[in-house]
Amino acid sequence: MSANLTPRAKFATTLLRTAAALSRATGRGDGSVIGGRVGLIVEPRLLELLAEGRHVVLISGTNGKTTTTRFTTAAIEAIGKVATNSFGANMPTGHTTALAKAPKAEYAALECDEHYLGQLLDAASPKVVALLNLSRDQLDRAMEVTALAAKWRQTLQTSAGQSTIVANADDPLIVWAASVCQRVVWVAAGQSWTADSAICPNCGAHLDRFGEFWRCTNCGLNRPSPQWSVAQEGEAVVGPDGRRYELNLQLPGRVNRANAATALAIASLFGVDPGQAAPRLSEVASVAGRYAKVEREGRQLRLLLAKNPAGWLESFDMIEPNPPVVLSLNAREVDGFDTSWIYDVDFTSLAGRKVVVTGDRRTDLAVRLEVDGVDFIVVDDIRAAIAAVPPGPVEVVANYTAFQDIRAEFNRVN
Amino acid sequence: MSTLRIVWLYPDLLSTYGDRGNLLVLAHRARARGIDVEPMQVRSDQRVPHTADMYLIGGGEDGPQAVAADRLLQDGALNRAAEAGKPILAICAGYQLLGSSFYANGRAYEGLNILDLRSDRGPSRAVGEIAGDAAPQLGIGKITGFENHGGRTHLGEAVQPLARVTAGIGNDGATEGAWAGHVIGTYMHGPGLARNPRLADLLLAWAIGADPSHLPPIDDTWPERLRTERFQALSTAQ
Repeated sequence: MSANLTPRAKFATTLLRTAAALSRATGRGDGSVIGGRVGLIVEPRLLELLAEGRHVVLISGTNGKTTTTRFTTAAIEAIGKVATNSFGANMPTGHTTALAKAPKAEYAALECDEHYLGQLLDAASPKVVALLNLSRDQLDRAMEVTALAAKWRQTLQTSAGQSTIVANADDPLIVWAASVCQRVVWVAAGQSWTADSAICPNCGAHLDRFGEFWRCTNCGLNRPSPQWSVAQEGEAVVGPDGRRYELNLQLPGRVNRANAATALAIASLFGVDPGQAAPRLSEVASVAGRYAKVEREGRQLRLLLAKNPAGWLESFDMIEPNPPVVLSLNAREVDGFDTSWIYDVDFTSLAGRKVVVTGDRRTDLAVRLEVDGVDFIVVDDIRAAIAAVPPGPVEVVANYTAFQDIRAEFNRVN
Repeated sequence: MSTLRIVWLYPDLLSTYGDRGNLLVLAHRARARGIDVEPMQVRSDQRVPHTADMYLIGGGEDGPQAVAADRLLQDGALNRAAEAGKPILAICAGYQLLGSSFYANGRAYEGLNILDLRSDRGPSRAVGEIAGDAAPQLGIGKITGFENHGGRTHLGEAVQPLARVTAGIGNDGATEGAWAGHVIGTYMHGPGLARNPRLADLLLAWAIGADPSHLPPIDDTWPERLRTERFQALSTAQ
């Protein structure tokens, strides 16, 4: 912890907090990024120095990072203070700020952008690294997904010697990347999007799939036996000894039960009794606006963030069967300028509902829905969308900046 | 009444940028004209059917592209389909492998020689909106799409460019895509046919042996609005 910081690191930490506070006060955001940037200019090793002596878990993957980090934080808080980048600032600047703001926290749960995993492994010497899933995301600016898995595999081999890996046994790309590590705890966290792993990441042959089992027809890469899984019946996680931990989550969907299983697996490696941790997960009602419920003019909106094909399919699995659905799509820089991925999402499950589309790229969505035979109306913004649906519950699914626009309409609801 | 059989080749290898969309758009536009459609997905470990009416092949990474070319050469059915005048639409990596050679994994590979062209590496990745004026003989007007590729394609004498580029890179910054007979290759994903309904109709007309102008018109309000938006976005950016 920061008791042993050098004077330079202490000075850097003070400047970081000031910059972050100024940024917040001037309404530019939560200040995580600018604060971390200032701190790292003054002391380039600041992240490493602030992480020293703490028990750190890094959590990475295409989808579910923020929620799993939130669950993990809630679980570990059963035994001590946890530093965490809860605002979703998941690059080194955000990690530095999270640690600087919680100097007394013995533990740290850090959500990590997929492309920064190697850097964080070196800087934070994590006790645990959790790898959730890899699927196509932001195609025009990010690496293709098999290349990213290969990069992980290499970086884990060179830099994760001291870490225990918690990894998703259901995702072949994750299994291939993690299988170079000595200590791996496997979680059956599911895979909602299989199209990026039709062929073996190791040798290029076809993968056979039989229910939840998969194996390479050539090199023998296969699904490891998971120690942790989501119960088939009811809402529970099953641990390594076969014990059931009942969940009573406020967050919807099978994918969040899987995130809970991963969080409990991580927490137990930190010495937390999963039976003590599980009830704490049900206190999580929303995560940086995701799953938040907001009310306007008699409409109860539930806000779902979905950034890529896997995320949209998971959202459609979560939504209640009857309420109207608002879909909002943007294609700004952080979303990726390419909207072609909407054709990887099957919208036919929305047929028969009231569907309202909005966002910068609402016309792309309109064309997409027409092709899938789903009736829709197109409106300019979220206010018009609210006016277009009757009072009652409404499900809202939006990609990254579209989601932030909607959050802004509701005072940046958390 | 017969059924229009559309084969989508190798989605397990070549389906990176919404490639399924071209199949969905074609099926939607055919059904809107009362044409029955049987979409067929053919994996790379399956034989390619000889009897289909149209073939689609999509984009992908280097490794899968080389594997796909090798399997298609061994299978032979796509070459026979081209010789028989069946429409083929090939996107990006799928477009490159229809030529005589293409570059992947740092070396040249033999292509299917269906189109007279060859592809190599360009100086930089071409990523972004692409637009152009399509070859007038095709009667499809302007084209719009999104491209993302590292290759450059050099056309031989036996093919025509699909379009003259007005924005983006395409083959080489001057032309985009290629066509010969009923075979069309393009770097436009997005998917291309969602933004270019007249190109979709041209392929459908070829597949059923009709004149494109004889296809009954369908309501293209939304695709036309999308086209207008994308062209406008380019003109504001320039």
